[in-house]
Amino acid sequence: MTPDLQEAIAVGSDETALIQGASPVARTQWQLFRRRFFRHRLAMFGLVLLVILVVSCFGAKWVAPYKNVSDLLADPAPPSKKHLFGVDLLGRDYLTTCLYAGQISLKIGLFVSVISTVLGTITGAIAGYFGKVSEQILMRFTDLFLLLPGLAVLAIALKKFGNSDTTIILVLAGLGWMGIARIVRGQVLALKEKEFVEAARAIGCSHKRIILRHIIPNLVGPIMVNASLAVAGAIIAESTLSYLGFGVQAPKTSWGKLLADGKESIATKAYLLYFPGLLIILVTLAVNFLGDGLRDATDPQAKH
Amino acid sequence: MATNEVVLSVQNLSVEFSTDDGVLTAVDNLSYDLTAGETLGIVGESGSGKSVSSMAILGLLPKSAKISGDVLFRGQSILGRPESELRSFRGNKIAMVFQDALASLNPVMTIGKQITEAIQVHDDKVTAAHARERVVELLDIVGIPEPGRRVDQYPHEFSGGMRQRAMIAMSIANEPDVLIADEPTTALDVTIQAQVMEVFERIQERTSSSLLLITHDLGVIAGVADRVLVMYAGRQVELGSVDDVFYRTGHPYAQGLLASLPRVDGNTGHRLHRIKGQPPSLVFLPPGCAFNPRCPDAKPGTCDIARPEMHSIGFAHASACHFAEELMTKEVAL
Repeated sequence: MTPDLQEAIAVGSDETALIQGASPVARTQWQLFRRRFFRHRLAMFGLVLLVILVVSCFGAKWVAPYKNVSDLLADPAPPSKKHLFGVDLLGRDYLTTCLYAGQISLKIGLFVSVISTVLGTITGAIAGYFGKVSEQILMRFTDLFLLLPGLAVLAIALKKFGNSDTTIILVLAGLGWMGIARIVRGQVLALKEKEFVEAARAIGCSHKRIILRHIIPNLVGPIMVNASLAVAGAIIAESTLSYLGFGVQAPKTSWGKLLADGKESIATKAYLLYFPGLLIILVTLAVNFLGDGLRDATDPQAKH
Repeated sequence: MATNEVVLSVQNLSVEFSTDDGVLTAVDNLSYDLTAGETLGIVGESGSGKSVSSMAILGLLPKSAKISGDVLFRGQSILGRPESELRSFRGNKIAMVFQDALASLNPVMTIGKQITEAIQVHDDKVTAAHARERVVELLDIVGIPEPGRRVDQYPHEFSGGMRQRAMIAMSIANEPDVLIADEPTTALDVTIQAQVMEVFERIQERTSSSLLLITHDLGVIAGVADRVLVMYAGRQVELGSVDDVFYRTGHPYAQGLLASLPRVDGNTGHRLHRIKGQPPSLVFLPPGCAFNPRCPDAKPGTCDIARPEMHSIGFAHASACHFAEELMTKEVAL
């Protein structure tokens, strides 16, 4: 019997129970969320992929096939059974290198996403909820940030404050919160006119309480989707920066930095570009699928 | 049940909005008293200022509204107080039941949490367990079966009638002195309507709170209200006991409303009575009595010139019609 069939029968018996007057099994919202999320095939695929990537990158010390040291005597070599990703210009096993580089890329992606989401949500919620002067100030401020030529500002800021991971994260987050701010503001504008917000006011809720307990929870879906997209965005932005030479500096390395280092030998050793590029695409894809699943699963009105 | 202590007193309340066409007077010089334990029904068609006046009481109108007059709660003026002070009244002393219960409940919060919030907002010392107990009790009071299980469900898992009951449970959580119900049964079918109105009656018996019942359903009014206030174009046109307004009607508009009701007894096979014309624009009100262009008894020279004021036409019965006394003696064709 296939699982689908079993499920169909199970559902059928559920309904029979209903007809017979027995009370149906009540599921908590958390159970429903888990159920919907774990049934979302793409999201599961994204989650598994992301977990594999995160675990192998941060556990590179134990997972990586070779030590992360250069061997100047070894020649660069294309992928082989011995070196799955090949050997890079410094004689390192490229798989090992890519895993270590992933630590920084993933760290930047994650932190930038969290910080920019929090910043953007606060800005958007305040602007949308209070309107008037505060909205004008905050949204024009947002427009101003959108107007800034991102790469130039990033490059200058990194030159001025140094290329530490923290600087890169803060600068990327500082330039990446506007999108979510606009989305949240738009949603809040619509939500604050809803009767339940008025009802919350009528029972005596303060503005802070209404924003935190009534409005933001209604936005968990869009916020989560955007946060997951922001992870991908930040990793790509970091790659661009590093590729241009403004980002992570040697001896540290990231996927973007690997791309930059490999660009010299694109004609002869293209595999040096393929693998970091592939990893960036995989992470981006994984977080997008994950975001998709989260959005579907957090909708309280979804039927199953 | 009803004592003579005035709980809520609305005095010369006016609400104006400025629009592109000019000043829109949504509520014009409205005055009434609500005594303890009493049910006052406010009737009128859409746009007659029923809801706006009740929102004004709680200070829930947008800032663009120009409000004048006064609202006294147990002798204390509450109009124009800062938001932070109003909050302690809202949901605590004066609570509101909204029309559309589904839209008025937060879709991502369980019913229990929302009712708990109404308690916690006004009492920060209450423990979670105690609040939950109280919520289950409240759900039981409003007649929701299996309250212990229902408390953890979401609004979309409730039926229409149950949502309205949950809204009522939320509004009575702090045993308010005044309950304002803004068309609480409009979205419900007649059977559920009757059940919801029963809930209100039960609650009034328990807590002896006053009920301000806003509706356009005269049947509901006849069933539960003690007194009726009829509004037309933002003005009050008649105020009196249900019997006075229904059987000794002192205003042609109220007469028209009553005559337009379908009846199960007698006179079948006729077209329903209707009030000719359209309600006037609140920006360009006709001079004199606002109802005069539609009034079958309007007398040129009086009704279209002088604005009639509310005047007593009997014990606790007032009308804003120049010819109220004559109307009352006229046989109303019901």
